[in-house]
Amino acid sequence: MTDASMQSPETGRHTISLTATDERTQKRARAEKRFRSYGLAAIGTGLFFLVVLFTSILSQGLPAFQRTVVSVDFTLTEPQRDEAEGTLFKTKAYSNLFVTQLSKELSERGISVDFDEAAIERLLGKVGGTIRSFYAENPGKLNEPIKFDLTASSRVDGYFKGRVSRDTIQDSRFLQKSDLDLVDALEEAGIIKQAFNWPFIIGADSGVDNPGGAGIGASVVGSFFMMVVVLGLSLPIGVAASIYLEEFAPQNKFTDLIEVNISNLAAVPSIVFGILGLAVFIQFMHLPQSAPLVGGLVLTLMTLPTIIISTRASLKAVPPSIRDAALGVGASKMQAVFHHVLPLAAPGILTGTIIGLAQALGETAPLLLIGMVGFVARGYPDGFLAGFTEPNSAMPAQIYTWAARADVGFYEKAWGGIIILLMFLLTMNIIAIILRRRFERRW
Amino acid sequence: MNDMTRVERAVDSKDIKINAKKVQVYYGATHAIKDVDVEIEDKTVTAFIGPSGCGKSTFLRCLNRMNDTIDICRVEGDILLDGEDIYDKRVDPVQLRAKVGMVFQKPNPFPKSIYDNVAYGPRIHGLARNKSELDEIVEKSLRRGAIWDEVKDRLDAPGTGLSGGQQQRLCIARAVATEPEVLLMDEPCSALDPIATAQVEELIDELRSRYSVVIVTHSMQQAARVSQKTAFFHLGNLVEFGETGQIFTNPVDPRTESYITGRIG
Repeated sequence: MTDASMQSPETGRHTISLTATDERTQKRARAEKRFRSYGLAAIGTGLFFLVVLFTSILSQGLPAFQRTVVSVDFTLTEPQRDEAEGTLFKTKAYSNLFVTQLSKELSERGISVDFDEAAIERLLGKVGGTIRSFYAENPGKLNEPIKFDLTASSRVDGYFKGRVSRDTIQDSRFLQKSDLDLVDALEEAGIIKQAFNWPFIIGADSGVDNPGGAGIGASVVGSFFMMVVVLGLSLPIGVAASIYLEEFAPQNKFTDLIEVNISNLAAVPSIVFGILGLAVFIQFMHLPQSAPLVGGLVLTLMTLPTIIISTRASLKAVPPSIRDAALGVGASKMQAVFHHVLPLAAPGILTGTIIGLAQALGETAPLLLIGMVGFVARGYPDGFLAGFTEPNSAMPAQIYTWAARADVGFYEKAWGGIIILLMFLLTMNIIAIILRRRFERRW
Repeated sequence: MNDMTRVERAVDSKDIKINAKKVQVYYGATHAIKDVDVEIEDKTVTAFIGPSGCGKSTFLRCLNRMNDTIDICRVEGDILLDGEDIYDKRVDPVQLRAKVGMVFQKPNPFPKSIYDNVAYGPRIHGLARNKSELDEIVEKSLRRGAIWDEVKDRLDAPGTGLSGGQQQRLCIARAVATEPEVLLMDEPCSALDPIATAQVEELIDELRSRYSVVIVTHSMQQAARVSQKTAFFHLGNLVEFGETGQIFTNPVDPRTESYITGRIG
């Protein structure tokens, strides 16, 4: 053998040692190395953008979870209430009482600063109205000290977060330079401070001039009711359709047509579904506008192709030998599918469903067309069933509305809303992974 | 062994279990099985041999209508089980398959426990009225599958965790659990090693006392070892059908002789 490998000029076969790599091999090795570096570069670019995205979201959005509050101990006696209720401008009377109380508290701590009722309104909005409605609802709280946590206006909030400074501020009806002296004084007295922004998480949307009071809670509820509709409709319909198409339907032109259409539907822009929903569900069927029920129906149409495609893929992935085995012992086709094929396909179906739901949760365009925009989410729905039919918004639509508003305070809320939305999506994906692990069985 | 079986056969004459007459099978436009006439006897092992693609598996799958699951497959002719046409419109394939069990080429236990694998058939056919009856059926079937001693302590273990040979015997136990009268085996040993093959072959020989067994095999030695009757298929035709001993020692048709001597196939 060694002799043969030395040289055989007759056959033209030249043999070289295995330790010396020839030209072709080197070329192939170089090509492979190049390909690997392309791959690494691609992954690196992806990671870089992910990091950029996350840092910008976190840096812009985290301040939304902080709010600036003014906490004042306030006592209203019955004669004071009666007197205020007797005046012509009732809320102004309450405001004046609050101003008096606040100056008293400041002077008690040895801080002197000049301010009037108008300055307080610039700082805290309509304090008088807040106090009046509180006592109207809780008349029993008269004569005892109550701690009022009042959210400061967006400009004051911006002053604390560095968005507004003494140099850049211009006197306007929103905030004046002199007000910042009052803010500093209040901060010195410990009356104004930063706190965790619960109202942002649990609250409802506010008016366009009050970013401080805006919360995403109501639209989270709206999103929840939409997801209930989407899950309740698209999972059974999608799974039933896929099982029929995959296991029972005959192979003919008609089923081919259905298949092609399902694949095409998955690629239809979401706004098309939105206008379809507007035309069919609202204008033709007269379902309530802006309702999570309609939003859910539209998103169901969008999610169905995703679920059908992933379900069919996971049904296809179940080895045919399992079907044979079941049919071989005399199971009917339906028994074979439901006892054996479906349980094996379940992890794939669940993952596909949750991915489809996550996609639906982040969808904005169709919701804009059926009126589920932010400004309707002013309060929580009145009970579970009303949740489906009462006007509400959804998280992404709410974020869109905030981002479109003029006040910079809303811009921060939009980023904060994105953090909440991403947390929901992340949770859903984690659930998908856990379910997949849990139900995965080998065969 | 062949001599022995011939002697045995001479002693008791058997009933015809399956009678196939002029069976044609088409896959779309392809004529896969042409004019096959076979009489399969009760309590006998019948082997189908032939080169790949000759239609022996297709014909086997006709015997319990497993071909129904293939859309383009069409079967003509008569296949009578105990005198009844199994392709009659009134016959539900589900009932037929309980009577004609099947074991496949690749061991395919359900990804469930050993117990559930065997109990599945009796459960869906309602063969057991309560848990203890079901336990009895499972034990009896596993014993007939010659695997009881190996798995009796771990009936809750997954069936897919067994070795290949054990899995195949489990599949046989699963097939006999529904009390079939005919057992179809489609190359049951092709995925098994020689030791597991020997165990399964031994089992087939035992099963002969109760069931009519039809086995498709690529191994002529196996056909010679386990069967009493052999059918040789070639290009969709049934070339020769007769006593196993006669087919292997004194074939009538020249094609059979070429195949068993290794000249075609």
